[in-house]
Amino acid sequence: MDGTITKEAIFKPENIVYKKTSLMTDNILSYCPGCGHGTAHRLIMEVIDEMGLESETIGIAPVGCSVLAYEFMNVDMQQAAHGRAPAHATAIKRLMPHKTVFAYQGDGDLAAIGTAETIHACNRGENFTTFFINNGIYGMTGGQMAPTTLPGMKSSTSPYGRDLKSMGHPIKMTELVAQLPGTYYVTRQAVHTPAAVRKAKKAIRKAIEIQQMNVGLSFVEIVSNCNSGWKMAPVQSNHWMEENMFPFYPLGDIKVDGKLIEKK
Amino acid sequence: MAKVKGDIVVDTEKCKGCEVCIDACPTHTIAMSEDVNGKGYHYMQNIYDACTGCTNCAIVCPDGVITVYRIKV
Repeated sequence: MDGTITKEAIFKPENIVYKKTSLMTDNILSYCPGCGHGTAHRLIMEVIDEMGLESETIGIAPVGCSVLAYEFMNVDMQQAAHGRAPAHATAIKRLMPHKTVFAYQGDGDLAAIGTAETIHACNRGENFTTFFINNGIYGMTGGQMAPTTLPGMKSSTSPYGRDLKSMGHPIKMTELVAQLPGTYYVTRQAVHTPAAVRKAKKAIRKAIEIQQMNVGLSFVEIVSNCNSGWKMAPVQSNHWMEENMFPFYPLGDIKVDGKLIEKK
Repeated sequence: MAKVKGDIVVDTEKCKGCEVCIDACPTHTIAMSEDVNGKGYHYMQNIYDACTGCTNCAIVCPDGVITVYRIKV
């Protein structure tokens, strides 16, 4: 039966079940092979495309690996100084309240140099969405230790593993901002498997919908891999992330509808 | 039950050969090519003709290089 189906019969426009969204440009992504940034970019753009917000969206690109996000996302973008994406997003959202505004930040940007901006934007309850890509390392500059680096994890500035006595504890930004009254929806997701990608897409959609309700800040953390920084192959780094990152950064909703989820 | 047959089209010049799709494919129908693209990466291909058009490879692909087609047989 299968022998009767030719490639020409399958490759027709009406048979397409998945195609890259037109809101991603045709530029080749500048990320390393297997990096979760590309998937995260695409999910955000797919949600904006499905919700028909492409002309109503302004994104803020951070400093870090995703500094060139405006090259890949085919919506209006602004590039912020290091860590200052929440300040830009606040200004843009206040001046143009009808626009959908999102800040896209990495962990070195959001959890290190931009901690003050992040916490105060969350505390003020600004009506924008923050996407926080957490890979536990400074990827762009060569794999240095970030505030989110796991205890004992090796990086180029902690070659014997992160020592908690001298280097401090990793910071769980998502749990931290969930405590603040200004946030309405706080969740942690991943993009390493098809199931995780589908869940992350639902969370991103919910975050954008909450922004339209004008009830407070929505915060989506995406735990991602950095295979170059971790010195692993892409698939190996995804498995390493499952084994080591997820016990410390458990996936799931942390705050829904302005209420913290009770941990069992 | 209606059977489905799928197939994929890969933008071989943009594929970076990360193999995340191979890990995600439930029918193990995709594999890396012997050839390399302009950037020197091996790219993924539908080799064993067992594709069901489930779109798993396309939604985990970080570079969004895969277009999935599916028909009912």
